[in-house]
Amino acid sequence: MGQRTVIPFGPQHPVLPEPVHLDLVLEDERVVDAIPQIGFIHRGLEKLVEKRDYQRYVYVAERICGICSFGHSFGYSRAIEALMNIEVPERAQHLRIIWHELSRMHSHMLWLGLAADAFGFESLFMHTWRLRERILEIFERTAGGRVILSVCTPGGVFSDIENTELRAICDILATMRVEYDQICATFFEDSSVRSRLVGVGVLSQETAREFGTVGPFARASGLAIDGRMTDTDAYSKLVAFEPILSNDGDCYARCWCRAQEVRQSIDIINEMVDKIPQGEVRAEVKGNPAEGAEAFARMEQPRGEAFYYVKGNGTKYLERFRVRTPTAANIPGMVAAIRGCDLADVPNIILTIDPCISCTER
Amino acid sequence: MGEFKLGRMTLKSLFSKPATKLYPFEEPTYYQETKGHIVIDVDKCRYCGVCANLCPTNAIEVDRKAYTWTIDRFRCIQCRNCVHVCTESALIMANEYAEPSTEHVREVFEISPEEREKREAAAAEKAAKAAKLKEEALAKKKAKAKEE
Ligand code: SF4
Ligand code: SF4
Repeated sequence: MGQRTVIPFGPQHPVLPEPVHLDLVLEDERVVDAIPQIGFIHRGLEKLVEKRDYQRYVYVAERICGICSFGHSFGYSRAIEALMNIEVPERAQHLRIIWHELSRMHSHMLWLGLAADAFGFESLFMHTWRLRERILEIFERTAGGRVILSVCTPGGVFSDIENTELRAICDILATMRVEYDQICATFFEDSSVRSRLVGVGVLSQETAREFGTVGPFARASGLAIDGRMTDTDAYSKLVAFEPILSNDGDCYARCWCRAQEVRQSIDIINEMVDKIPQGEVRAEVKGNPAEGAEAFARMEQPRGEAFYYVKGNGTKYLERFRVRTPTAANIPGMVAAIRGCDLADVPNIILTIDPCISCTER
Repeated sequence: MGEFKLGRMTLKSLFSKPATKLYPFEEPTYYQETKGHIVIDVDKCRYCGVCANLCPTNAIEVDRKAYTWTIDRFRCIQCRNCVHVCTESALIMANEYAEPSTEHVREVFEISPEEREKREAAAAEKAAKAAKLKEEALAKKKAKAKEE
């Protein structure tokens, strides 16, 4: 047995701009253990429910994460709607899903670009991000912002998208798909990419289940969990929803799952645009949450299932708000996947769980 | 299986126009919805202060007596909440971004002189009416007391 060495990894920009720190215990080049540490960017956003009234807090909620910003405002709004028994108009439900799936696409494409950058494929990174830019343009056209949309609110959404505009979005996505397929071909057939990813950081299905992993990280290990399968919102109107699964559990499988989910999102958006009914987009929200009332909402965010809990106290401020983000659930799985790998593969493995430390620490 | 899968796309980008804009030499694209900065129509405003009370970042200040509406552009997060809550449609979200600044200044908007005159006259009239009503009521009360 070689001598054991501990090397620090992070928190300053370890592989992606997220402050995660790991103490890697090495035996020669092999990682025998990894001790994660977070807590570098806690912002106290949950505590802010005491200072911002429940309707205005949605602007704070969407700042939990810069990538799934729409998703967090969506999740928070849903929790409030459950708390106060608000019926969201059908059209608003569809619009929310269109925006949410667009943010899933933009999140996954951002991640694919970062992954390409991490394994040293610069031009692939540039092309993926060039394509992602079109989604940000759609966001700006429809909601006015590229990252923070401020469009979701308890009771519905603030602005409608015209049906002609929705069709135009579908056309943009159709042209994007052609280019996206070319990028995917590079990802999955180029020998240099395969040599960096295949068989690296394998997480078995049992371990994935044992550690409670969620999202594409779990689905790449063959665990069929996806919040959209059981959703009662407009998601339930989809003709069929099959989560994207792979049984390999390695870095390559995780890339593959996310890449396929982008295509799946395009299909979901097309179906939503076909089915969207006419009507109101916002129900009025009146009064305050009752004292002691509690509610929760679950959402499938791009990184996996997120959980939102709210508790009222009879005033316009909430008693408690809590969000459990997907990365918080995935860190134990990540450590398990790192154990036994080579030091040079650690950045790739960390990246393939798509960690979002900022939202984990809120 | 193979290398140079991205070759075609890269070659294409070599001969097409850049995907990015050469800002600030080229104009940025604004859409109808683009959130740039808040603009106020001072003469429509009632100076009720609702926008200031409901702004999540407390970027607005409203002085009802002096007829001024102040915004701190460094605080504003372009959430459009004030636009949604204003009942007078006095606020709009303009598409162009606010000018960059190295100094922290608050922009103060004041009601136009003609409108101020009008409103002050209206307010004076209202006050006079109220005073008159009060006087009348007082006189009635006194008369009633005398009768008794
Ligand atoms: S809510 Fe509208 S009318 Fe009232 S102070 Fe603000 S801008 Fe003026
Ligand atoms: S846009 Fe939002 S942050 Fe800016 S002044 Fe209006 S309410 Fe305040």
